Amino acid sequence: MTRVNAELLKTVEASGEFNAVACMNCGTCTALCPLGLTNLPREIFRDVVLGLEEKVLANVETVFSCLLCRMCQVNCPAEVKIADNVRTLRVHLNKTLHHL
Amino acid sequence: MAFPIRHLIGILADNQRLRGSVMPLGTGRLTAWAKGLSLPRGGSRVIYTGHMYQMMPSLASMEAGLGLMADTPVTRLMGWGRFFNRFVNLSFFLTWPSGRQQAQYDLRLKKIAQSLRQAGIQFGYLYEKELYTGALVYDLGLDEVFKKHAQRVWAMFQKHGVRSVITVDPHTTEMLREVYPKVVPGFQLEVKSYLEVLAESGWTPPQALTEAVTLHDSCIYARTLQVSAQPRAVLAKGPLVDSPDHAGAATHCCGGPAESLYPHKAETVAAERINQLAARGCDTVAVLCPICLHNLEKAGRARGIRVKDFSEIIG
Repeated sequence: MTRVNAELLKTVEASGEFNAVACMNCGTCTALCPLGLTNLPREIFRDVVLGLEEKVLANVETVFSCLLCRMCQVNCPAEVKIADNVRTLRVHLNKTLHHL
Repeated sequence: MAFPIRHLIGILADNQRLRGSVMPLGTGRLTAWAKGLSLPRGGSRVIYTGHMYQMMPSLASMEAGLGLMADTPVTRLMGWGRFFNRFVNLSFFLTWPSGRQQAQYDLRLKKIAQSLRQAGIQFGYLYEKELYTGALVYDLGLDEVFKKHAQRVWAMFQKHGVRSVITVDPHTTEMLREVYPKVVPGFQLEVKSYLEVLAESGWTPPQALTEAVTLHDSCIYARTLQVSAQPRAVLAKGPLVDSPDHAGAATHCCGGPAESLYPHKAETVAAERINQLAARGCDTVAVLCPICLHNLEKAGRARGIRVKDFSEIIG
């Protein structure tokens, strides 16, 4: 059973800028990622927006392995600030999961 | 066995909070590069190293150790390591930077300062008063630690009357130009990379440079700070600058940012980037960032490609 945390998006947004709602799932970011990350950013951002907290927590390695190189961000047709969003997710995970 | 990044991030956060840097080094080590240059102490315009070049040999040593530990039961002890690190600076005991590497990184900083002087640029240096910007803790999302440290850095600039800085690496430049103004109230500082300063001055290397190099653009310089034309302008009358397919704003990452937490992933990305650069047919690659330098140098060895800092090409 999938549990939904209706407050997840608000909690993440409290940690910093997070504008993932504009993502239209076009896949440009996935195609350009030098690490070949397939679930970041599209799937994880969607999980945050939908409140699927367990799925977000299961992808800590993906969030922290992102290079923040901004190849995806500067090419995003929806102008989603992808790298900034990833950093905001790190802030959130450091607070809630790592207790830092 | 999964790598316990929680404890590793915790150690870096503790080091930043308790000792002012993710990789605390003595002031002698941090300022060794300036020996013999007679740089004026302080001034309204200073060269600001941000400690990145000085830290690289120690970070490389730490990463090598972590790489060996990554899939072993030793990782279970990292929680204890973090606990003891709060009282004793473990990085002092656990990192064994190579003296040769330290001398090489120091020489790169020296060459940057010498090139600026040749271009007629006047600047001072804060020596032991200079602080690290906190770039790594910012990237890792340790915002509370970062914001407090950024306030200290701004107080340092104010105390010494600094109004303008010449930076030497993209990470420090991004912190001071893009991030600090958002998190430090009243922060106001002119921030220029030495590449921008040299290009604006019209300076070109005085000696004939004939060796062809392929330029690897830094992601931050090229995509965030729009610094990619400047190094090419400095080299305009020098060696052939043979740009790779992925150049300027389309540059491919060196993998370095993953090095501290996921060294194996960093190696994979670096190997791919070196293959792209090697495909241009040049034996020498010039880089603009100490992290790119460290990461691509390792990958380059396997392909017989020499990776040099930009300062070594022009100085």
